[in-house]
Amino acid sequence: MATLTLLQSAFDILLGAALLWLAWRALNCPDLFKAIVLFVAFGLLMALAWVRLEAPDVALAEAAIGAGLTGALLMAALARLRAMTPDEEDSAKRLPLRWLPLAALLLVATGLSYVVLTLPPEAAGLGAEVATHLNSSGVDNPVTAVLLNFRGYDTLLEMVVLLLALLGVWSLGGPPLRRKAAPGPVLDTLARLLAPLLILVAAYLLWVGGHAPGGAFQAGSVLAAAAVLLLLAGWRLPVALTALPLRLTLVAGPGIFVALAVGTLLLEGQLLQYPPAQAGVLILLLEAVATLSIGVTLAALFLGGHPQNDNNDQNNKEQR
Amino acid sequence: MTPTDYLAATLLVAGALFFLAGTVGLLRFPDVYTRLHALTKADNVGLGLMVTGLALQAESWAVVGKLLLIWWLVLLAGASVSYLIASGALRRGIRPWRR
Repeated sequence: MATLTLLQSAFDILLGAALLWLAWRALNCPDLFKAIVLFVAFGLLMALAWVRLEAPDVALAEAAIGAGLTGALLMAALARLRAMTPDEEDSAKRLPLRWLPLAALLLVATGLSYVVLTLPPEAAGLGAEVATHLNSSGVDNPVTAVLLNFRGYDTLLEMVVLLLALLGVWSLGGPPLRRKAAPGPVLDTLARLLAPLLILVAAYLLWVGGHAPGGAFQAGSVLAAAAVLLLLAGWRLPVALTALPLRLTLVAGPGIFVALAVGTLLLEGQLLQYPPAQAGVLILLLEAVATLSIGVTLAALFLGGHPQNDNNDQNNKEQR
Repeated sequence: MTPTDYLAATLLVAGALFFLAGTVGLLRFPDVYTRLHALTKADNVGLGLMVTGLALQAESWAVVGKLLLIWWLVLLAGASVSYLIASGALRRGIRPWRR
């Protein structure tokens, strides 16, 4: 048994050291493409670290969003950066003022270290509190109970942040990701095989979130992964769906959340205080709609500009 | 330990050896094409051995199914992605390594 513990500590030390090294390389690498690859590797090892800390929910989210989708978003951003004309690129290089983010990061790191150091060494935490009230939450997975019942407004605000990010990207007015001429048979087949399976996995993660690691954000990012794969293979949202239907889908998640918050405020007297008997159904409904909205929002972020800009561009070119 | 445990352990160690060989190949091979060759061996065979070893220890058939699904997905993704990387490299004019 002692050898096993020793092996595990050795693995943990190696993992921690690899994380620090990858983080430093990702920040320090002059080649942006390499930096993104290092960042994705960092995300995957980070997910492994969360598994070692026995936090499988966070590990799932980190692997799906932190490593997978953020990597895809960064790659899409890099492709745009490389497509820029030289003087555009110059202004983009001058803009960030390298030292400002570093100073901000150092400030945050100092603050965080201070907070961690001032924590009481032996804290009971809220685990016991959550366990006692789990019965009235409507779900069996404590993480889902906290995210969607006890601290539901945190999740509500997270969804609003995601929507705001997309609005920010759209308000820049750029064109969406260019359509590749031909994806080639391999990518095409891969997308056709994986997209239905990914949708199935998203539904599974959504359902399993009630009693085991999983939930709306993980399911939503898997859904977004399916959309990203289809977008890379040249698929585009039908023009008829890019106006109202797309907007409605994006707003549906935060919308139903706000509706529930207002409804519970009026009926129960407290924000997002579900009646225990209906809590399970309400949470599942909320998560199902949220999954769809999160998936579509993340995919739209990957696409960049609003899908309608693509058609406008084409029309303008045809007119010229 | 039962004979099944020994078999599972042997399969897991064999799988780990394939991963080790794949990693050495990734670090030591001369160009992108040969490195892809080394990596796919680790993913396809190494993971296959690991999945078989773990399936022998699995508690239910549902777990065995999930393990096989993971292997199948990695096979599919590994084969497709290494094709895409290799064809991308060829299009950019990276010549395959010659002695």
